[in-house]
Amino acid sequence: MTSTLLADDPMMGLAPLPDPLFDRPDVHGVPMSSPAPSATIVPRRPPVSSPAQQRRAIRGWARNDVMMLSGALLSALSTTVLLFGRITPLSGQFGFAVVGFVVFLATYAVILSVTENRPAVIDRVVTVLLVGAALVAVIAVTSVVFFTLWRGKDALWRPNTYTSDMSQTGPNEGLDKGGIGHAIVGTLIVIALALVLTVPLGVACAVYLNEKATRVAGFVRTVVTAMTALPSIVAGLLILSTWIIILHHEYSGLAAAFAVSIVMLPIIIRAADVVLRLVPGNMREAAAALGAPQWRTVWHVVLPTARSGLTTSVILGVARGIGETAPVLLTAGFTNSINVDPLKGNMVTLPLTAYNLIKSPLPSQVARGFAAAAVLILLVLILFIIARVLGGRPVGQLSKRQARRAAARSLRDLARCEAHGRIAGVAVSSEVAS
Amino acid sequence: MTNAITTTLPRVADPGTSAPAARDLDSKRGFGDKVFDRMTSASGLAVLAIMLAVGLFLAIEARQALSKAGWSFFTTAQWETGRGTFGISAILLGTVLIAIVAVTVATPISLGAALFITEVAPTWVRSTMIALVDLMAAVPSVVYGLWGLKLLQGQVVGVSRWLNTWFGWIPIFKVNGADPKNPLTNATVFTASVFVAGLVVAMMVMPIACVVMRQVFSQVPVGEREGAFALGSTRWGMIRVVALPFGRGGIIGGTMLGLGRALGETIAVVLIISPRNTITAHVLEAGTNSVSALIATRYNEESGLGLSGLFAAGLVLFGITLFINFTASWFISRSRSGASSEA
Repeated sequence: MTSTLLADDPMMGLAPLPDPLFDRPDVHGVPMSSPAPSATIVPRRPPVSSPAQQRRAIRGWARNDVMMLSGALLSALSTTVLLFGRITPLSGQFGFAVVGFVVFLATYAVILSVTENRPAVIDRVVTVLLVGAALVAVIAVTSVVFFTLWRGKDALWRPNTYTSDMSQTGPNEGLDKGGIGHAIVGTLIVIALALVLTVPLGVACAVYLNEKATRVAGFVRTVVTAMTALPSIVAGLLILSTWIIILHHEYSGLAAAFAVSIVMLPIIIRAADVVLRLVPGNMREAAAALGAPQWRTVWHVVLPTARSGLTTSVILGVARGIGETAPVLLTAGFTNSINVDPLKGNMVTLPLTAYNLIKSPLPSQVARGFAAAAVLILLVLILFIIARVLGGRPVGQLSKRQARRAAARSLRDLARCEAHGRIAGVAVSSEVAS
Repeated sequence: MTNAITTTLPRVADPGTSAPAARDLDSKRGFGDKVFDRMTSASGLAVLAIMLAVGLFLAIEARQALSKAGWSFFTTAQWETGRGTFGISAILLGTVLIAIVAVTVATPISLGAALFITEVAPTWVRSTMIALVDLMAAVPSVVYGLWGLKLLQGQVVGVSRWLNTWFGWIPIFKVNGADPKNPLTNATVFTASVFVAGLVVAMMVMPIACVVMRQVFSQVPVGEREGAFALGSTRWGMIRVVALPFGRGGIIGGTMLGLGRALGETIAVVLIISPRNTITAHVLEAGTNSVSALIATRYNEESGLGLSGLFAAGLVLFGITLFINFTASWFISRSRSGASSEA
């Protein structure tokens, strides 16, 4: 094949003699003898005296590792089955998993010690332990989510679960009657009220922590940190004592919103504080250098820069507040019918409904309780995903649309400045700006 | 628009004239800034006020019960407000035992998960794990309660029975009413116990502690980390001599934050335990109580003195968690890694 090509080559006779020191580039099937004028000629290195070293694989799994791991797994499995079934009277998958893991660790260590030295054995065993700890977390969270959804599935797909309340339905009636609509409405109202209370206060407090580097601000930050772990039932007790006992108001959605706000506030402040701290200092300084007063710097520079992070912190606060039971239990009362007035009458939220229904001995009530919990966890999941998507972008980085909007806004500002003639004496034209 | 942006351009001094006078560096804050100062300071003080109000109003409501019971409030085990004998010794013990079980279970798991995230996991697993742990923190406590009651408890009874059968001679694993010789002992003596409640609370404590520990471990200086590797250390060797000492403050602080959360957990505990006010350290035995569970179950049955007693119990819980949380943040901020830590 090459020979026919060579024969057709008119340059054949002119080909220079091969230089022993240079490698001929043999790229794209170009025959050796036709020199490609544009190709780089790579100098051949003088031969290395020692034999060529093989590149060591420092990552990944050698076959030996895989064999030892799977061998230990198999051995541990059979030992555990033996131990479990024959020797000790332990029962349940939970116990099986715990014993199996311990046996696996021991077996793996023994197998490793045949070929490896002590530090390597310890390193491998510890790695398995760390993976095991992470697995526990993964199994726990998936089992919590899927167990709830699974047990709630009978009620979840029925539309009446979402539209009706329990006022006309007896506890014994099937899942095709009644529902948790009253709890969904109650949850939305309580959370909306809590948001109205906490978002301005929380963001203002986070701004305070960031803009004022005083000793008081430091103390407030410490108090906020301590408040994040405030037992939620204590928040309920505060509203119970002030709003309901001392001020003689009735149990209501508003009282529940107050209590939930106390739980949400520190979470929003903490998260917003962290986000605001990430706003680059030079943006603040640029605003100040342009003569902007502090409140304008905060309003036009700091807050818009941190917008996505602030949204995330609010959503995380909502995800926490939406699932709080104890403060609502003490302040909202309980009802079986839809109540849309947060000022008057008892109100329930999803977690409180789930808690009450699940204590019932009747299977249909328990199924409704699980449906309430499943709706709750779906809400939390949705909020969580939104927070992740929004929070994925670092502070100050704009999306395309935001960047376009910001550019349009600067152009408008420029036009306004020119109209006012404020920047007199400086040659500014819209062409320069754009 | 009194506060429109005014740009003052520096005046270029003529070379021939005398040197310009020093500029006054004091910034005069305009009306807008004064309003801004007032509003932000007020919001910061509002948070302090809420925290003060919690202590103040709980104390006001608790005064009646505390003055009636005196110091016996801390030594009495029964809670019979109708007869005037009530105290929180048994309840406080139950609270502390549940929290200890939870922290004992959760700390190794969260430490392991945090080290897995920072040291072992490849990048894509790392981000997934971080999201999962954050999700775990966002799952409502009532859902954990349902899960513990309907799924975990059935699994744990076997473990409780096994612990009792083989280690029943250790006092804390003793169960009254269970016969180690009889493997068919009724399972109900093992349900609704401190152990089960502690395990469920551990699931809630784990993500809180894990987040703090992960943040601390991710701040381990790269130079020290690579130095250990360059000296031939294994991964565990690096963790032992570099990561763990560096993150000690975070480990202690994260554990204590988790402890604070465990002490105050309400609904999951209420769902699992069956209330019983006796002083006992038998963690596998059915029946216990915790401060927050007591409040949640009794608040609408009690009035007058009884309600005041509940507020007193809440005040004690508030004091304990406040102390623990402040200690936790002190530990985190004092540690070498704590200066930039968020917790």
